[in-house]
Formats: sequence, structure tokens, C-alpha cells
Amino acid sequence: MTDQTRSAFVSGFFGSLPFVTVIIPFAMLFGVVATEAGLDLLQTMSMSFFVIAGASQFVAVQLLADQAPTLIILASALAVNMRMAMYSAALVPHLGAAPLWQRAFAAYLLVDQSYGIAIKRYEEDPPLGRPQKMAYFFGTIVLICPLWYLFTWIGAEVGTAIPPEYALDFAVPITFIALIAPQLKSLAHLAAALVSVVTALALAWMPYSTGVLVAAVAAMATGAAVEIWMERRR
Amino acid sequence: MTAISDAKVWAVIILLGIGTYLIRFSFLGLIGDRRLPPLVLRLLRFTPVAVLPALVAPMVAWPAATGGELDPARILAAAAAAAIGIGTRSVLGAIAGGMAALYLGIFVLF
Repeated sequence: MTDQTRSAFVSGFFGSLPFVTVIIPFAMLFGVVATEAGLDLLQTMSMSFFVIAGASQFVAVQLLADQAPTLIILASALAVNMRMAMYSAALVPHLGAAPLWQRAFAAYLLVDQSYGIAIKRYEEDPPLGRPQKMAYFFGTIVLICPLWYLFTWIGAEVGTAIPPEYALDFAVPITFIALIAPQLKSLAHLAAALVSVVTALALAWMPYSTGVLVAAVAAMATGAAVEIWMERRR
Repeated sequence: MTAISDAKVWAVIILLGIGTYLIRFSFLGLIGDRRLPPLVLRLLRFTPVAVLPALVAPMVAWPAATGGELDPARILAAAAAAAIGIGTRSVLGAIAGGMAALYLGIFVLF
């Protein structure tokens, strides 16, 4: 490692520090919720290790607890993660020339935080060289990722000790609302969320939570349509 | 709560892991520097805000813990989380405020 790549790695690490306070309680909450839903410690840890995508893990656990069919669980949880295809595409100009093994490893570590921190730095001055960009990316995740595993484990251990009157069943919807609310920054996003809620409630009679998927497609189309309409109006 | 079968949990963990990895690897590893159509990019940007509210709405309207009865404490908690999240843009603040409102509702108000 040259001095330059080392310092890029270190500055990626420092860029990630503000997110530590977010990751710790979020990982613990997942550990608690997964345990409450009936997953054992190995299953809870495996999900955090293989999936490392908080929102979709909450979706999967919730639908598992609801006894939804496997295909519906996968479709819903993967739909939540489709945004990562956009992250993957956005990183190609910066990381696309790196060796395949590095890109394969970076793909595993591509989460909201590493993407957000890295892409912000890539667009700032002074520009980073190609190896430095990869080093910076790994720097952003070197702490966040182990914390995600560690605090999932702590949450799973703590979760078994929390009595039911603490209404942790409702931690999942509150977490989802907390994840969505800050994203409602435009009329298009508001319209998409509203259509999503109304359609899901109207289609709740559909078997196996399939109404959720219909609602998601309708909401995506609404969001895109409203956004296009707003752009034309300008 | 009825037990979930082990085989099903493992199937979800492994397939969700593989599927999520392939989504992340897609452009970075396979498709490379090809441009996505603008409409596809636009639709992708709306996925979280399209999927999560659809999952939340029935959980708030018909909570499993109350046997599907509308529950004022849970409505209050959901409203508080949404208001704090929109107002402060803080995910953790919204979770903390929502849980606080839930306990206020359950143990004090209703």
C-alpha cells in the first residue's frame, strides 16, 4: 500500500464515524426483533452476515413471522434492495477499472452508508486516483460492517430477556416509518408513499401479502410519473 | 406466535443473501459501464419509498399484538415517528420518538 492509498483508506474511515451512532442501535434492534420473531442466534447472525441490508432484513423477518410464502418474502425483501442496483451503476465510473476480486468484495460491502460516504467524496476536490478510490471505499466500511455483526449479536442476546409488554412488535413499523420519513423530500416521494399506503390497505384482502407487491409497483409508477410531470412544468 | 420452520428461514437467508449480492454486483461486476435507461433509474430511486409504506400500513391499521383491533397507542406512535422523521430527517430520532410515544400511549394515556 502506498502512502496515498493508506491516507485515502484512513480518510474513508473517518468519514464513516458519524454513522457509527446510527448503525449500533439499528443492528441491536434487528437482533432483538429477529429473536422475538423466533429466529435462533445462528439464523439471526447469518442473516446479518449474508444479507447486510437492514431494511430488507426487517422485511424478511416480519413476513416470516406472518407466515408469508417464501417467494413473497424474497420478492418483497429484494424489492427493498433494488436501490442498490442504482448504487452499483453509480460506482462504475469510479471503481469499474479495479481488479475483479476487489469489485466482488466491494459489491458485498455496498450498503447505504458506504455508497453515500464514498460517492460524496468522489465528487469533491481534490480528485482521488483509481486505487485511492477503492481504498477510500473500503475505509468507509471497515468499522461499520463489523459493528453491524457485533451489535446484531448483542441485540439477539438482549432480545430474549425483554418481556412482551414492551410492545417490541411495534418496533418494526416504527423503524420502517423512521427510514421512510426523512426520504419524503419531494412531492413525487410523498405521492409514491401515499399511493403505497392506500393501495396496500385496499388490497389487504389479497392472499399472502401479494397486495404489498401490487402497491409497490403502483407507488413506483406514481413517483416516477409525478417527478416527470414536475420537471415538465418547470 | 406459531413457530417458523427452520428450512424456510434458512432458504430465505440464503436466497435473500444471494439475490442481494447479485443486485450489488450487477453493474460493478457484470454489466460495467453501460448506461441504464433514465426511466429505469427513476423507478429504482422510488423503490424504498414505494415498498416500505405498503408493509407498514397494515401493521399500523391492524396490529397483530391487539388481535387486529385499531389501537390508539400504536396510531400515536406511528404518527409521532412520521412527524419527527419528516421534521428532523433523523432516523434514530424518529425511532426513539416513536417508541417513546408508544410507551406514553400504552402506559399513561390509553
